Amino acid sequence: MTAGVGAAKGPTLRREISAFFHRHSRVRLSLLLSAPLAWLGLAYLGSLAALIASAFWSTDTFTGDLVKTFTWANFHDLLTIDVYRTIALRSVWVAAAVTLIDLAIAFPMAFAMAKLASPRAQRWLVILVLTPLWASYLVKAYAWRVMLSSGGILGWGYGLTATIATLAYLWLPYMILPIYAGLERMPNALLDAAGDLGARGWRTFRTVVWPLTFPAVVAGSIFTFSLSLGDYITVKIVGGKSQLIGNVVYDNIGAANNLPFAAAVATVPVVIMLVYLAAVRRTGALENL
Amino acid sequence: MNLSRPARVLLGVALVLGLGVIYVPLAVVVLNSFNADKTFGWPPSGLTFQWWRSAWDSSGLRDALWTSVQAGLGATVVALVLGTMAAFAVQRYRFFGKNTVSLLIVLPIALPGIVTGIALSNTFHTVLGVPLGLLTVIVGHATFCVVTVYNNVLARLRRMGLGLEEASADLGADTFTTFRLVTFPMMRSALLAGGLLAFALSFDEIIVTTFTSGAGVKTLPIWIFENLFRPNQAPVVNVVAAALIVVSVVPIYLAQRLSGEASTH
Repeated sequence: MTAGVGAAKGPTLRREISAFFHRHSRVRLSLLLSAPLAWLGLAYLGSLAALIASAFWSTDTFTGDLVKTFTWANFHDLLTIDVYRTIALRSVWVAAAVTLIDLAIAFPMAFAMAKLASPRAQRWLVILVLTPLWASYLVKAYAWRVMLSSGGILGWGYGLTATIATLAYLWLPYMILPIYAGLERMPNALLDAAGDLGARGWRTFRTVVWPLTFPAVVAGSIFTFSLSLGDYITVKIVGGKSQLIGNVVYDNIGAANNLPFAAAVATVPVVIMLVYLAAVRRTGALENL
Repeated sequence: MNLSRPARVLLGVALVLGLGVIYVPLAVVVLNSFNADKTFGWPPSGLTFQWWRSAWDSSGLRDALWTSVQAGLGATVVALVLGTMAAFAVQRYRFFGKNTVSLLIVLPIALPGIVTGIALSNTFHTVLGVPLGLLTVIVGHATFCVVTVYNNVLARLRRMGLGLEEASADLGADTFTTFRLVTFPMMRSALLAGGLLAFALSFDEIIVTTFTSGAGVKTLPIWIFENLFRPNQAPVVNVVAAALIVVSVVPIYLAQRLSGEASTH
């Protein structure tokens, strides 16, 4: 407070600048927006646009240089060559499997947390579910590598099953937390009312609980689906020889040095995610993120 | 609530089993860091501190840790500045394209990391001609860290309203004094929480890092990934993994403290 009184003694330059900003709210706004928009709007969006543009270029087979003339060749290859179609379908299938497994594990857990635990226990349970999110992603994938190795606790070996199990493990908290939040918002009175009207457990679940928590389930699935779809590290750690979309992108950037094709492949998960987001927008899931 | 007894028991069992699934792999890593058997045979044949000692002595590991800390701090500072500015603009003003700005901030984390990674590396490489190094890693990390600071500051601004700042102006404080003595102190814990999340996100990131780091710069996740497939290094990698699990309790504790402090206000 003393500083405010001190500054009030006579008009100083600082005082004038301050008054100028106070009067011109548009100037304040443009200054506030300048840096974030320059960074994310110009640099980041610009980079994405440049990447998408390069998907329509090609590389010279001899020199490896970029040939900057428009061509559909990369997308044509992507759609017609069997290997890529198989890998794209497999990636979607893996992402869907991971999402369903997480849903099956997360829903009962979230229900027990939200409806059975005392408020004090609830706080601790949320911390317990959140904690593994802070542990490193690599460390968790690595933990599964050790457990799955032939001498390890599980000893399943590596492959697609191992990849699905590991991804489901990695993203499980992302499914539990939105469902828990959704169930917590749902009044218990609704369950009691369903019971009073004669509905048994399964009927109550199907007609009351599920419709009300569906947006939260979809919100969780956005995370599990998107994170699985873009992953290539976990596959390398526990997937053995299996490949997902991410691996194709990675290999075309690195070993094959074919940026245009990599860019074309990278548009696949982006388009799938955009379609997915557009499809679930009506459920109100995006407000549950 | 009228849930049948078997249903309650079943749900309780599901919860305990689920938490078991979450924690057993982490426990295995910590336990294996003391496993005397180099190939992590199960059950452990004996316990040893040898791996912790060799991890401590590894200079490659120390360099990687230091690189990660630098990258994390750099990205956090940029994210704090950009995130706070964007949050103020979106929360305090009305303008055309406001929703687009929020979407733009979420986008880098919503798109698969590999897309952000190759888009940025392509720009550095072919458009700007900047050599890849620590600076490009910081730029890459900051891009997806902005959202954590933005969300925290936005929530705080929404709650705190304009009353106290208007009172400060009425009492004669200019814009800068009001920011220093009123606005900033009220936002401090939100900035800390957002910054903490940003640092954690950067510290753990590997995909964007892979594409923006070039040959010379190794962050800790890159170091771990490189050594993951070398049988000789397995015990040391395991120690790093165990240490990271143990250290991850610190940010959780801090975040809990901060949210507790915020809710008492």
